[in-house]
Amino acid sequence: MEELATENKGQNLESEMEDQADASVMTIEIGPAHPAMHGIVRFTTQIDGEEIVDMIPEIGYLHRGFEKESENSKWIQITPYTDRLNYVSPLLCNIGYSMAVEKLFGVDAPRRAQYTRVIMGEISRITDHLTCLGAAAMEVGAFTFFLWFIKGREYLWELVEEVTGARLTTNWTRFGGNATDIPDGFLGELQERLEKIKDILRECDTLLTRNKIFIDRVKDVGVLSKEDSISFGFTGPMLRACGIPYDVRRSDRYSVYDDLDFEIPVGSVGDCFDRYLVRMEEMWQSISIIEQASDKLPAGPIAIDDRQLVLPDKKQVYGNIEGLIDHFKLVMEGHQAPAGEIYMPTEGGNGEVGFYLVSDGSGEPVKCRVRPPCFNFVSAMPAICKGGYVADIVPIFGSVNMIGGELDR
Amino acid sequence: MSTEQEEIGNLTQLLQEQFPGAVQSYHQHRGDETVLVERSQILPICQFLRDDERSKMEMMIDLTAVDYIKESPRFEVVYHFKSLSLEHRIRVKVRVPEEDCEIDSIHELWLAVDWYERECYDMYGIIFKNHPNLQRILMYSQFEGYPLRKDYPIGRQQPLVEMRPVNERHDYGEL
Repeated sequence: MEELATENKGQNLESEMEDQADASVMTIEIGPAHPAMHGIVRFTTQIDGEEIVDMIPEIGYLHRGFEKESENSKWIQITPYTDRLNYVSPLLCNIGYSMAVEKLFGVDAPRRAQYTRVIMGEISRITDHLTCLGAAAMEVGAFTFFLWFIKGREYLWELVEEVTGARLTTNWTRFGGNATDIPDGFLGELQERLEKIKDILRECDTLLTRNKIFIDRVKDVGVLSKEDSISFGFTGPMLRACGIPYDVRRSDRYSVYDDLDFEIPVGSVGDCFDRYLVRMEEMWQSISIIEQASDKLPAGPIAIDDRQLVLPDKKQVYGNIEGLIDHFKLVMEGHQAPAGEIYMPTEGGNGEVGFYLVSDGSGEPVKCRVRPPCFNFVSAMPAICKGGYVADIVPIFGSVNMIGGELDR
Repeated sequence: MSTEQEEIGNLTQLLQEQFPGAVQSYHQHRGDETVLVERSQILPICQFLRDDERSKMEMMIDLTAVDYIKESPRFEVVYHFKSLSLEHRIRVKVRVPEEDCEIDSIHELWLAVDWYERECYDMYGIIFKNHPNLQRILMYSQFEGYPLRKDYPIGRQQPLVEMRPVNERHDYGEL
Protein backbone atom coordinates (compact mmCIF):
# COMPACT_ATOMS: atom_id res chain seq x y z
CA MET A 1 0.00 0.00 0.00
CA GLU A 2 1.43 3.24 -1.11
CA GLU A 3 1.35 5.84 1.58
CA LEU A 4 0.61 9.41 0.68
CA ALA A 5 1.29 11.90 3.44
CA THR A 6 -1.41 14.48 3.84
CA GLU A 7 0.68 17.36 5.10
CA ASN A 8 1.02 19.95 2.40
CA LYS A 9 4.47 21.48 2.50
CA GLY A 10 4.78 25.16 1.77
CA GLN A 11 1.46 26.12 3.26
CA ASN A 12 1.25 28.68 5.99
CA LEU A 13 1.86 27.85 9.57
CA GLU A 14 -1.77 27.99 10.56
CA SER A 15 -2.87 25.14 8.31
CA GLU A 16 0.23 23.22 9.31
CA MET A 17 -0.91 23.55 12.90
CA GLU A 18 -4.31 22.26 11.92
CA ASP A 19 -2.72 19.32 10.21
CA GLN A 20 -0.83 18.51 13.34
CA ALA A 21 -3.94 18.82 15.45
CA ASP A 22 -5.56 16.20 13.29
CA ALA A 23 -2.34 14.30 12.75
CA SER A 24 -3.83 11.09 14.00
CA VAL A 25 -5.95 10.80 10.83
CA MET A 26 -3.94 9.79 7.81
CA THR A 27 -4.95 9.26 4.19
CA ILE A 28 -3.70 6.19 2.38
CA GLU A 29 -4.40 5.12 -1.15
CA ILE A 30 -5.18 1.45 -1.63
CA GLY A 31 -4.98 0.54 -5.28
CA PRO A 32 -5.63 1.08 -8.18
CA ALA A 33 -3.09 -1.67 -8.80
CA HIS A 34 -2.61 -3.59 -5.61
CA PRO A 35 -2.03 -7.35 -5.39
CA ALA A 36 -4.95 -7.81 -3.01
CA MET A 37 -7.37 -5.85 -5.16
CA HIS A 38 -9.45 -8.08 -7.40
CA GLY A 39 -9.15 -5.74 -10.30
CA ILE A 40 -8.39 -2.13 -10.82
CA VAL A 41 -10.15 -0.08 -8.19
CA ARG A 42 -8.93 2.57 -5.80
CA PHE A 43 -9.90 3.21 -2.22
CA THR A 44 -8.86 6.53 -0.75
CA THR A 45 -8.93 5.57 2.89
CA GLN A 46 -8.75 7.75 5.97
CA ILE A 47 -7.31 5.91 8.91
CA ASP A 48 -6.85 6.74 12.54
CA GLY A 49 -4.15 4.38 13.64
CA GLU A 50 -5.36 1.06 12.32
CA GLU A 51 -9.01 2.04 12.31
CA ILE A 52 -10.80 3.08 9.14
CA VAL A 53 -12.51 6.43 9.54
CA ASP A 54 -13.69 6.99 6.00
CA MET A 55 -13.27 5.53 2.55
CA ILE A 56 -13.96 6.76 -0.96
CA PRO A 57 -14.02 4.10 -3.69
CA GLU A 58 -13.04 5.18 -7.16
CA ILE A 59 -14.10 2.99 -10.05
CA GLY A 60 -14.19 3.19 -13.81
CA TYR A 61 -10.67 2.00 -14.64
CA LEU A 62 -12.04 -0.83 -16.75
CA HIS A 63 -14.86 1.10 -18.40
CA ARG A 64 -14.95 0.06 -22.04
CA GLY A 65 -18.29 1.47 -23.09
CA PHE A 66 -20.30 -1.75 -23.15
CA GLU A 67 -23.57 0.12 -23.64
CA LYS A 68 -22.24 2.47 -26.29
CA GLU A 69 -20.73 -0.41 -28.25
CA SER A 70 -23.97 -2.37 -27.89
CA GLU A 71 -26.08 0.47 -29.21
CA ASN A 72 -23.88 0.51 -32.28
CA SER A 73 -23.96 -3.25 -32.85
CA LYS A 74 -26.50 -5.74 -34.04
CA TRP A 75 -28.26 -7.82 -31.41
CA ILE A 76 -26.20 -10.95 -32.00
CA GLN A 77 -22.94 -9.01 -31.96
CA ILE A 78 -23.48 -8.16 -28.31
CA THR A 79 -23.21 -11.79 -27.14
CA PRO A 80 -19.39 -11.84 -27.24
CA TYR A 81 -19.31 -8.63 -25.21
CA THR A 82 -21.31 -10.32 -22.50
CA ASP A 83 -18.51 -12.91 -22.09
CA ARG A 84 -16.34 -10.10 -20.85
CA LEU A 85 -18.79 -8.74 -18.31
CA ASN A 86 -18.08 -11.36 -15.70
CA TYR A 87 -14.87 -13.05 -16.67
CA VAL A 88 -15.09 -15.78 -14.06
CA SER A 89 -18.56 -16.95 -15.08
CA PRO A 90 -18.99 -15.79 -18.68
CA LEU A 91 -21.65 -18.37 -19.52
CA LEU A 92 -24.07 -16.95 -16.98
CA CYS A 93 -23.93 -13.56 -18.70
CA ASN A 94 -24.27 -15.22 -22.12
CA ILE A 95 -27.37 -17.03 -20.92
CA GLY A 96 -28.81 -13.92 -19.26
CA TYR A 97 -28.42 -11.85 -22.39
CA SER A 98 -29.84 -14.47 -24.73
CA MET A 99 -32.81 -15.03 -22.46
CA ALA A 100 -33.41 -11.30 -22.42
CA VAL A 101 -33.48 -11.14 -26.21
CA GLU A 102 -35.72 -14.22 -26.31
CA LYS A 103 -38.10 -12.42 -23.96
CA LEU A 104 -38.04 -9.44 -26.31
CA PHE A 105 -38.95 -11.72 -29.22
CA GLY A 106 -41.44 -13.61 -27.08
CA VAL A 107 -39.91 -17.03 -27.75
CA ASP A 108 -38.46 -19.77 -25.57
CA ALA A 109 -35.49 -21.97 -26.28
CA PRO A 110 -36.34 -25.70 -26.61
CA ARG A 111 -36.24 -27.88 -23.52
CA ARG A 112 -32.92 -29.50 -24.35
CA ALA A 113 -31.29 -26.11 -24.84
CA GLN A 114 -32.74 -24.91 -21.53
CA TYR A 115 -31.42 -27.94 -19.68
CA THR A 116 -27.95 -27.69 -21.21
CA ARG A 117 -27.98 -24.00 -20.32
CA VAL A 118 -28.76 -24.90 -16.73
CA ILE A 119 -25.92 -27.46 -16.68
CA MET A 120 -23.40 -25.08 -18.21
CA GLY A 121 -24.66 -22.16 -16.14
CA GLU A 122 -24.26 -24.07 -12.90
CA ILE A 123 -20.77 -25.19 -13.95
CA SER A 124 -20.02 -21.50 -14.38
CA ARG A 125 -21.44 -20.70 -10.97
CA ILE A 126 -19.09 -23.26 -9.44
CA THR A 127 -16.09 -21.80 -11.29
CA ASP A 128 -17.18 -18.36 -10.09
CA HIS A 129 -17.32 -19.39 -6.46
CA LEU A 130 -14.12 -21.44 -6.73
CA THR A 131 -12.27 -18.40 -8.02
CA CYS A 132 -13.81 -16.04 -5.51
CA LEU A 133 -13.20 -18.23 -2.46
CA GLY A 134 -9.80 -19.39 -3.65
CA ALA A 135 -8.55 -15.85 -4.10
CA ALA A 136 -10.18 -14.61 -0.90
CA ALA A 137 -8.61 -17.42 1.12
CA MET A 138 -5.22 -16.92 -0.48
CA GLU A 139 -5.25 -13.27 0.50
CA VAL A 140 -5.61 -14.16 4.14
CA GLY A 141 -2.82 -16.72 3.88
CA ALA A 142 -4.45 -20.00 2.85
CA PHE A 143 -2.40 -20.59 -0.26
CA THR A 144 -3.03 -24.33 -0.55
CA PHE A 145 -6.74 -23.70 -0.64
CA PHE A 146 -6.24 -21.40 -3.62
CA LEU A 147 -4.18 -23.95 -5.53
CA TRP A 148 -6.72 -26.71 -4.93
CA PHE A 149 -9.63 -24.56 -5.94
CA ILE A 150 -7.92 -23.35 -9.09
CA LYS A 151 -7.14 -26.96 -9.91
CA GLY A 152 -10.84 -27.73 -9.54
CA ARG A 153 -11.75 -24.77 -11.70
CA GLU A 154 -9.43 -26.10 -14.37
CA TYR A 155 -11.38 -29.39 -14.48
CA LEU A 156 -14.54 -27.45 -15.17
CA TRP A 157 -13.08 -25.01 -17.64
CA GLU A 158 -11.90 -27.94 -19.72
CA LEU A 159 -15.51 -29.09 -19.82
CA VAL A 160 -16.62 -25.62 -20.87
CA GLU A 161 -14.00 -25.70 -23.59
CA GLU A 162 -15.30 -29.03 -24.84
CA VAL A 163 -18.77 -27.60 -25.30
CA THR A 164 -18.16 -24.02 -26.34
CA GLY A 165 -14.68 -24.18 -27.86
CA ALA A 166 -13.23 -21.67 -25.43
CA ARG A 167 -12.53 -21.54 -21.73
CA LEU A 168 -13.41 -17.93 -21.17
CA THR A 169 -14.58 -16.24 -24.33
CA THR A 170 -17.42 -18.68 -24.72
CA ASN A 171 -19.98 -16.84 -26.91
CA TRP A 172 -22.10 -19.94 -26.66
CA THR A 173 -25.76 -18.98 -26.56
CA ARG A 174 -27.85 -17.82 -29.49
CA PHE A 175 -31.35 -16.43 -29.61
CA GLY A 176 -33.71 -19.37 -29.45
CA GLY A 177 -31.09 -21.96 -28.61
CA ASN A 178 -27.39 -22.65 -28.25
CA ALA A 179 -24.56 -22.63 -30.74
CA THR A 180 -23.54 -26.22 -30.02
CA ASP A 181 -24.96 -29.25 -28.32
CA ILE A 182 -22.99 -31.12 -25.67
CA PRO A 183 -20.61 -33.61 -27.30
CA ASP A 184 -20.94 -37.40 -27.06
CA GLY A 185 -19.82 -38.83 -23.76
CA PHE A 186 -19.95 -35.43 -22.13
CA LEU A 187 -22.30 -36.39 -19.32
CA GLY A 188 -20.07 -39.27 -18.22
CA GLU A 189 -17.05 -37.05 -18.09
CA LEU A 190 -19.06 -34.37 -16.31
CA GLN A 191 -19.98 -36.85 -13.60
CA GLU A 192 -16.35 -37.94 -13.21
CA ARG A 193 -15.22 -34.38 -12.83
CA LEU A 194 -17.99 -33.49 -10.43
CA GLU A 195 -16.73 -36.32 -8.22
CA LYS A 196 -13.29 -34.71 -8.28
CA ILE A 197 -14.83 -31.34 -7.41
CA LYS A 198 -16.67 -32.96 -4.53
CA ASP A 199 -13.39 -34.39 -3.22
CA ILE A 200 -11.78 -30.97 -3.44
CA LEU A 201 -14.70 -29.33 -1.67
CA ARG A 202 -14.64 -31.93 1.10
CA GLU A 203 -10.92 -31.64 1.60
CA CYS A 204 -10.88 -27.87 1.50
CA ASP A 205 -13.79 -27.79 3.88
CA THR A 206 -11.79 -29.70 6.47
CA LEU A 207 -8.84 -27.45 5.74
CA LEU A 208 -10.49 -24.10 6.25
CA THR A 209 -14.00 -24.11 7.68
CA ARG A 210 -12.86 -24.94 11.20
CA ASN A 211 -9.43 -23.39 10.88
CA LYS A 212 -8.86 -20.97 13.75
CA ILE A 213 -6.46 -18.73 11.86
CA PHE A 214 -8.93 -18.30 9.03
CA ILE A 215 -11.95 -17.85 11.29
CA ASP A 216 -10.15 -15.17 13.29
CA ARG A 217 -9.62 -13.18 10.12
CA VAL A 218 -13.16 -13.42 8.75
CA LYS A 219 -15.60 -14.02 11.60
CA ASP A 220 -17.60 -10.90 12.52
CA VAL A 221 -15.62 -8.92 9.97
CA GLY A 222 -17.38 -6.81 7.37
CA VAL A 223 -20.86 -7.02 8.80
CA LEU A 224 -23.60 -5.01 7.15
CA SER A 225 -27.08 -5.06 8.60
CA LYS A 226 -29.96 -6.75 6.83
CA GLU A 227 -31.81 -3.48 6.28
CA ASP A 228 -28.78 -1.71 4.85
CA SER A 229 -27.96 -4.66 2.59
CA ILE A 230 -31.44 -4.53 1.08
CA SER A 231 -31.33 -0.78 0.77
CA PHE A 232 -27.95 -1.04 -0.95
CA GLY A 233 -29.57 -3.40 -3.43
CA PHE A 234 -27.40 -6.38 -2.52
CA THR A 235 -28.25 -9.60 -4.33
CA GLY A 236 -26.70 -13.03 -4.60
CA PRO A 237 -24.44 -14.56 -1.94
CA MET A 238 -23.84 -11.18 -0.31
CA LEU A 239 -27.54 -10.76 0.47
CA ARG A 240 -28.12 -14.40 1.33
CA ALA A 241 -25.28 -14.23 3.87
CA CYS A 242 -27.45 -11.73 5.79
CA GLY A 243 -30.18 -14.35 6.03
CA ILE A 244 -32.44 -13.26 3.20
CA PRO A 245 -33.29 -16.17 0.88
CA TYR A 246 -33.54 -14.09 -2.30
CA ASP A 247 -32.46 -16.00 -5.36
CA VAL A 248 -33.64 -14.98 -8.82
CA ARG A 249 -33.71 -18.64 -9.87
CA ARG A 250 -36.41 -19.18 -7.28
CA SER A 251 -38.22 -15.84 -7.14
CA ASP A 252 -38.55 -15.26 -10.89
CA ARG A 253 -38.78 -18.93 -11.87
CA TYR A 254 -36.98 -18.55 -15.14
CA SER A 255 -35.78 -21.32 -17.42
CA VAL A 256 -36.32 -24.85 -16.04
CA TYR A 257 -35.21 -24.19 -12.47
CA ASP A 258 -38.76 -24.88 -11.35
CA ASP A 259 -38.36 -28.57 -12.28
CA LEU A 260 -35.19 -28.90 -10.26
CA ASP A 261 -34.90 -29.31 -6.57
CA PHE A 262 -32.40 -27.11 -4.80
CA GLU A 263 -32.04 -25.21 -1.57
CA ILE A 264 -31.05 -21.62 -1.02
CA PRO A 265 -28.38 -21.48 1.67
CA VAL A 266 -28.51 -18.44 3.91
CA GLY A 267 -26.22 -17.03 6.56
CA SER A 268 -27.15 -15.41 9.84
CA VAL A 269 -24.86 -12.48 10.62
CA GLY A 270 -23.76 -11.31 7.19
CA ASP A 271 -20.03 -11.29 7.90
CA CYS A 272 -17.23 -12.52 5.66
CA PHE A 273 -17.43 -15.98 7.19
CA ASP A 274 -21.12 -16.28 6.34
CA ARG A 275 -20.38 -15.27 2.77
CA TYR A 276 -17.74 -17.98 2.63
CA LEU A 277 -20.14 -20.58 4.01
CA VAL A 278 -22.96 -19.54 1.67
CA ARG A 279 -20.70 -19.83 -1.37
CA MET A 280 -19.38 -23.20 -0.24
CA GLU A 281 -22.90 -24.56 0.16
CA GLU A 282 -24.05 -23.03 -3.12
CA MET A 283 -21.43 -25.08 -4.92
CA TRP A 284 -22.92 -28.26 -3.43
CA GLN A 285 -26.35 -27.10 -4.52
CA SER A 286 -25.07 -26.37 -8.02
CA ILE A 287 -23.57 -29.85 -8.21
CA SER A 288 -26.93 -31.29 -7.22
CA ILE A 289 -28.69 -29.17 -9.86
CA ILE A 290 -26.25 -30.36 -12.52
CA GLU A 291 -26.81 -34.00 -11.56
CA GLN A 292 -30.59 -33.62 -11.67
CA ALA A 293 -30.48 -31.75 -14.97
CA SER A 294 -28.20 -34.43 -16.48
CA ASP A 295 -30.67 -37.12 -15.44
CA LYS A 296 -33.64 -35.24 -16.83
CA LEU A 297 -31.91 -33.98 -19.98
CA PRO A 298 -34.47 -34.45 -22.75
CA ALA A 299 -33.62 -35.34 -26.33
CA GLY A 300 -34.56 -32.95 -29.09
CA PRO A 301 -33.31 -29.93 -30.97
CA ILE A 302 -30.98 -27.38 -29.40
CA ALA A 303 -32.51 -24.42 -31.18
CA ILE A 304 -36.00 -23.46 -32.26
CA ASP A 305 -37.01 -23.79 -35.88
CA ASP A 306 -37.47 -20.14 -36.70
CA ARG A 307 -35.67 -18.65 -39.66
CA GLN A 308 -36.07 -15.15 -38.24
CA LEU A 309 -33.93 -16.10 -35.29
CA VAL A 310 -31.70 -19.09 -35.91
CA LEU A 311 -29.15 -19.55 -38.67
CA PRO A 312 -30.20 -22.41 -40.95
CA ASP A 313 -28.26 -25.65 -41.12
CA LYS A 314 -25.17 -25.48 -43.32
CA LYS A 315 -26.67 -28.19 -45.51
CA GLN A 316 -29.57 -25.87 -46.25
CA VAL A 317 -27.31 -22.87 -46.85
CA TYR A 318 -25.24 -24.66 -49.48
CA GLY A 319 -28.07 -26.84 -50.72
CA ASN A 320 -30.94 -24.52 -51.58
CA ILE A 321 -31.66 -20.90 -52.29
CA GLU A 322 -34.06 -20.35 -49.36
CA GLY A 323 -31.44 -21.47 -46.86
CA LEU A 324 -28.84 -19.24 -48.48
CA ILE A 325 -31.13 -16.21 -48.41
CA ASP A 326 -32.14 -16.80 -44.80
CA HIS A 327 -28.50 -17.07 -43.81
CA PHE A 328 -27.57 -13.97 -45.80
CA LYS A 329 -30.37 -11.83 -44.40
CA LEU A 330 -29.72 -12.88 -40.81
CA VAL A 331 -26.02 -12.15 -41.11
CA MET A 332 -26.22 -8.93 -43.12
CA GLU A 333 -29.35 -7.35 -41.67
CA GLY A 334 -29.31 -8.85 -38.22
CA HIS A 335 -32.17 -9.97 -36.05
CA GLN A 336 -35.26 -7.80 -36.47
CA ALA A 337 -36.36 -7.54 -32.86
CA PRO A 338 -39.89 -6.27 -32.40
CA ALA A 339 -40.35 -2.87 -30.80
CA GLY A 340 -40.67 -2.95 -27.04
CA GLU A 341 -38.77 -2.89 -23.79
CA ILE A 342 -38.06 -5.70 -21.37
CA TYR A 343 -36.09 -6.35 -18.22
CA MET A 344 -34.83 -9.88 -17.74
CA PRO A 345 -33.27 -10.74 -14.38
CA THR A 346 -31.10 -13.83 -14.01
CA GLU A 347 -29.00 -15.13 -11.15
CA GLY A 348 -25.35 -14.52 -11.99
CA GLY A 349 -22.39 -15.62 -9.93
CA ASN A 350 -22.56 -12.49 -7.81
CA GLY A 351 -26.25 -11.79 -7.79
CA GLU A 352 -28.93 -10.41 -10.00
CA VAL A 353 -27.63 -9.79 -13.51
CA GLY A 354 -30.44 -8.04 -15.32
CA PHE A 355 -30.61 -6.91 -18.90
CA TYR A 356 -32.83 -3.97 -19.80
CA LEU A 357 -33.31 -3.92 -23.56
CA VAL A 358 -35.14 -1.35 -25.64
CA SER A 359 -35.86 -1.97 -29.27
CA ASP A 360 -37.56 0.30 -31.78
CA GLY A 361 -37.93 -2.49 -34.32
CA SER A 362 -35.13 -1.26 -36.56
CA GLY A 363 -32.80 -4.20 -35.97
CA GLU A 364 -30.36 -2.30 -33.81
CA PRO A 365 -30.77 -1.94 -30.06
CA VAL A 366 -31.80 1.48 -28.77
CA LYS A 367 -30.55 0.53 -25.35
CA CYS A 368 -28.78 -2.47 -23.91
CA ARG A 369 -28.23 -2.00 -20.24
CA VAL A 370 -26.82 -4.54 -17.86
CA ARG A 371 -27.52 -4.25 -14.17
CA PRO A 372 -24.24 -5.15 -12.46
CA PRO A 373 -24.46 -6.74 -9.02
CA CYS A 374 -20.93 -5.64 -8.08
CA PHE A 375 -21.79 -1.98 -8.48
CA ASN A 376 -23.89 -2.09 -5.33
CA PHE A 377 -21.27 -4.01 -3.37
CA VAL A 378 -18.48 -1.57 -4.12
CA SER A 379 -20.73 1.40 -3.39
CA ALA A 380 -21.33 -0.15 0.03
CA MET A 381 -17.63 -0.67 0.78
CA PRO A 382 -17.35 2.51 2.92
CA ALA A 383 -20.37 1.46 4.98
CA ILE A 384 -18.97 -2.05 5.45
CA CYS A 385 -15.42 -1.00 6.26
CA LYS A 386 -16.00 2.01 8.53
CA GLY A 387 -14.97 1.20 12.06
CA GLY A 388 -12.98 -1.82 10.96
CA TYR A 389 -9.23 -2.19 10.65
CA VAL A 390 -7.00 -1.75 7.64
CA ALA A 391 -6.22 -5.46 7.69
CA ASP A 392 -9.95 -6.19 7.35
CA ILE A 393 -10.14 -4.55 3.94
CA VAL A 394 -8.50 -7.55 2.31
CA PRO A 395 -10.90 -10.26 3.58
CA ILE A 396 -13.88 -7.93 3.08
CA PHE A 397 -12.96 -7.15 -0.48
CA GLY A 398 -12.26 -10.81 -1.09
CA SER A 399 -15.75 -11.72 0.08
CA VAL A 400 -17.31 -8.96 -2.04
CA ASN A 401 -15.89 -10.64 -5.16
CA MET A 402 -15.63 -7.54 -7.27
CA ILE A 403 -15.42 -8.27 -10.98
CA GLY A 404 -14.05 -5.28 -12.84
CA GLY A 405 -15.64 -6.18 -16.16
CA GLU A 406 -19.08 -6.19 -14.62
CA LEU A 407 -18.54 -3.22 -12.34
CA ASP A 408 -17.22 -0.78 -14.94
CA ARG A 409 -18.70 -2.32 -18.08
CA MET B 1 -42.64 1.58 -28.74
CA SER B 2 -45.30 -1.03 -28.58
CA THR B 3 -47.68 0.21 -25.94
CA GLU B 4 -50.66 -1.97 -26.60
CA GLN B 5 -52.88 -1.09 -23.68
CA GLU B 6 -53.24 -4.48 -22.12
CA GLU B 7 -54.81 -5.25 -18.79
CA ILE B 8 -54.03 -2.70 -16.15
CA GLY B 9 -51.67 -4.01 -13.46
CA ASN B 10 -52.41 -3.90 -9.74
CA LEU B 11 -49.61 -1.51 -8.94
CA THR B 12 -50.53 0.76 -11.84
CA GLN B 13 -54.07 0.91 -10.55
CA LEU B 14 -52.79 1.71 -7.09
CA LEU B 15 -50.67 4.55 -8.40
CA GLN B 16 -53.55 5.93 -10.42
CA GLU B 17 -55.72 6.02 -7.32
CA GLN B 18 -53.07 7.56 -5.12
CA PHE B 19 -51.72 10.07 -7.61
CA PRO B 20 -54.57 11.07 -9.91
CA GLY B 21 -53.25 12.41 -13.17
CA ALA B 22 -49.61 11.52 -12.45
CA VAL B 23 -49.61 8.30 -14.47
CA GLN B 24 -49.26 9.35 -18.09
CA SER B 25 -49.30 5.92 -19.64
CA TYR B 26 -48.77 2.30 -18.75
CA HIS B 27 -48.29 -1.10 -20.34
CA GLN B 28 -47.42 -4.67 -19.47
CA HIS B 29 -45.34 -5.68 -22.46
CA ARG B 30 -44.11 -9.28 -21.94
CA GLY B 31 -45.38 -9.17 -18.38
CA ASP B 32 -43.22 -6.27 -17.19
CA GLU B 33 -45.48 -3.82 -15.41
CA THR B 34 -44.50 -0.35 -16.57
CA VAL B 35 -45.74 3.13 -15.75
CA LEU B 36 -44.73 6.47 -17.20
CA VAL B 37 -45.22 9.14 -14.57
CA GLU B 38 -45.13 12.90 -14.21
CA ARG B 39 -41.63 14.25 -13.55
CA SER B 40 -42.59 16.44 -10.60
CA GLN B 41 -44.19 13.47 -8.81
CA ILE B 42 -41.24 11.07 -8.89
CA LEU B 43 -40.13 11.52 -5.29
CA PRO B 44 -43.59 11.04 -3.68
CA ILE B 45 -44.34 8.15 -6.04
CA CYS B 46 -41.10 6.36 -5.14
CA GLN B 47 -41.72 7.03 -1.47
CA PHE B 48 -45.19 5.57 -1.80
CA LEU B 49 -43.93 2.52 -3.68
CA ARG B 50 -41.39 1.86 -0.97
CA ASP B 51 -43.60 2.40 2.06
CA ASP B 52 -47.08 1.25 1.09
CA GLU B 53 -48.19 -2.14 2.37
CA ARG B 54 -49.49 -3.20 -1.02
CA SER B 55 -46.32 -2.30 -2.88
CA LYS B 56 -43.38 -2.67 -0.44
CA MET B 57 -40.56 -2.06 -2.91
CA GLU B 58 -37.66 -2.68 -0.54
CA MET B 59 -35.14 -2.70 -3.33
CA MET B 60 -34.09 -0.24 -5.99
CA ILE B 61 -32.82 -2.69 -8.57
CA ASP B 62 -31.70 -0.48 -11.40
CA LEU B 63 -31.69 3.12 -12.51
CA THR B 64 -30.72 4.21 -15.97
CA ALA B 65 -31.82 6.46 -18.80
CA VAL B 66 -32.62 6.12 -22.48
CA ASP B 67 -31.92 8.76 -25.08
CA TYR B 68 -34.77 9.01 -27.61
CA ILE B 69 -33.01 11.64 -29.66
CA LYS B 70 -35.79 12.16 -32.20
CA GLU B 71 -38.54 12.51 -29.62
CA SER B 72 -39.49 15.28 -27.29
CA PRO B 73 -39.01 15.20 -24.30
CA ARG B 74 -35.74 13.59 -25.23
CA PHE B 75 -34.65 11.54 -22.24
CA GLU B 76 -36.38 8.91 -20.24
CA VAL B 77 -35.13 7.98 -16.78
CA VAL B 78 -35.98 4.37 -16.00
CA TYR B 79 -36.25 2.93 -12.49
CA HIS B 80 -36.67 -0.74 -11.68
CA PHE B 81 -38.01 -1.68 -8.28
CA LYS B 82 -38.38 -5.04 -6.65
CA SER B 83 -40.32 -6.14 -3.61
CA LEU B 84 -38.71 -9.00 -1.72
CA SER B 85 -41.67 -9.70 0.54
CA LEU B 86 -44.41 -9.50 -2.11
CA GLU B 87 -42.24 -10.79 -4.98
CA HIS B 88 -43.24 -8.31 -7.64
CA ARG B 89 -41.47 -5.79 -9.78
CA ILE B 90 -42.35 -2.50 -11.40
CA ARG B 91 -40.67 -0.25 -13.91
CA VAL B 92 -41.22 3.46 -13.44
CA LYS B 93 -40.28 5.83 -16.23
CA VAL B 94 -40.04 9.59 -16.31
CA ARG B 95 -39.57 11.82 -19.33
CA VAL B 96 -36.96 14.55 -18.99
CA PRO B 97 -36.57 17.25 -21.65
CA GLU B 98 -33.15 18.20 -22.97
CA GLU B 99 -33.44 21.92 -22.27
CA ASP B 100 -34.42 21.40 -18.62
CA CYS B 101 -32.44 18.26 -17.90
CA GLU B 102 -33.32 17.89 -14.23
CA ILE B 103 -35.15 15.48 -12.01
CA ASP B 104 -35.49 15.13 -8.23
CA SER B 105 -33.01 12.78 -6.65
CA ILE B 106 -34.45 9.85 -4.73
CA HIS B 107 -31.22 9.08 -2.86
CA GLU B 108 -32.91 9.45 0.51
CA LEU B 109 -35.11 6.43 -0.10
CA TRP B 110 -32.55 3.74 -0.98
CA LEU B 111 -28.83 3.69 -0.29
CA ALA B 112 -28.11 2.16 -3.68
CA VAL B 113 -29.50 5.19 -5.53
CA ASP B 114 -26.48 7.38 -4.83
CA TRP B 115 -24.12 5.64 -7.26
CA TYR B 116 -26.77 4.80 -9.85
CA GLU B 117 -27.75 8.47 -10.14
CA ARG B 118 -24.11 9.43 -10.43
CA GLU B 119 -23.67 6.95 -13.26
CA CYS B 120 -26.77 8.24 -15.02
CA TYR B 121 -25.49 11.80 -14.71
CA ASP B 122 -22.08 10.71 -15.94
CA MET B 123 -23.45 8.99 -19.02
CA TYR B 124 -26.42 11.19 -19.96
CA GLY B 125 -25.89 14.53 -18.21
CA ILE B 126 -29.18 14.36 -16.36
CA ILE B 127 -29.02 16.47 -13.21
CA PHE B 128 -30.44 14.83 -10.09
CA LYS B 129 -31.50 17.72 -7.87
CA ASN B 130 -30.41 17.54 -4.21
CA HIS B 131 -28.00 14.68 -4.86
CA PRO B 132 -25.22 15.00 -2.23
CA ASN B 133 -22.31 14.24 -4.53
CA LEU B 134 -23.25 14.41 -8.19
CA GLN B 135 -19.88 13.73 -9.80
CA ARG B 136 -18.69 11.56 -12.63
CA ILE B 137 -18.16 7.98 -11.58
CA LEU B 138 -17.04 5.83 -14.51
CA MET B 139 -15.48 8.59 -16.59
CA TYR B 140 -12.80 10.96 -15.32
CA SER B 141 -13.63 14.47 -14.19
CA GLN B 142 -11.91 16.12 -17.17
CA PHE B 143 -14.12 14.23 -19.63
CA GLU B 144 -16.21 16.47 -21.88
CA GLY B 145 -19.71 15.60 -22.95
CA TYR B 146 -21.91 12.66 -22.05
CA PRO B 147 -20.85 9.43 -23.76
CA LEU B 148 -24.16 7.59 -23.90
CA ARG B 149 -26.08 10.41 -25.55
CA LYS B 150 -26.85 9.37 -29.09
CA ASP B 151 -25.16 12.49 -30.49
CA TYR B 152 -21.84 11.65 -28.83
CA PRO B 153 -19.79 10.11 -31.63
CA ILE B 154 -18.64 6.59 -30.83
CA GLY B 155 -15.17 7.16 -32.27
CA ARG B 156 -14.39 10.33 -30.34
CA GLN B 157 -11.30 10.00 -28.16
CA GLN B 158 -10.36 12.18 -25.23
CA PRO B 159 -7.08 10.83 -23.88
CA LEU B 160 -5.76 12.62 -20.80
CA VAL B 161 -2.19 12.08 -21.98
CA GLU B 162 -1.53 12.63 -25.66
CA MET B 163 -0.61 9.39 -27.42
CA ARG B 164 2.87 9.47 -28.87
CA PRO B 165 3.39 8.33 -32.46
CA VAL B 166 4.37 4.70 -32.82
CA ASN B 167 7.92 5.34 -34.02
CA GLU B 168 8.62 7.40 -30.90
CA ARG B 169 7.41 4.67 -28.61
CA HIS B 170 9.46 1.93 -30.19
CA ASP B 171 12.74 2.22 -31.96
CA TYR B 172 12.26 0.05 -35.02
CA GLY B 173 15.46 1.32 -36.59
CA GLU B 174 15.47 1.86 -40.34
CA LEU B 175 12.18 0.66 -41.73
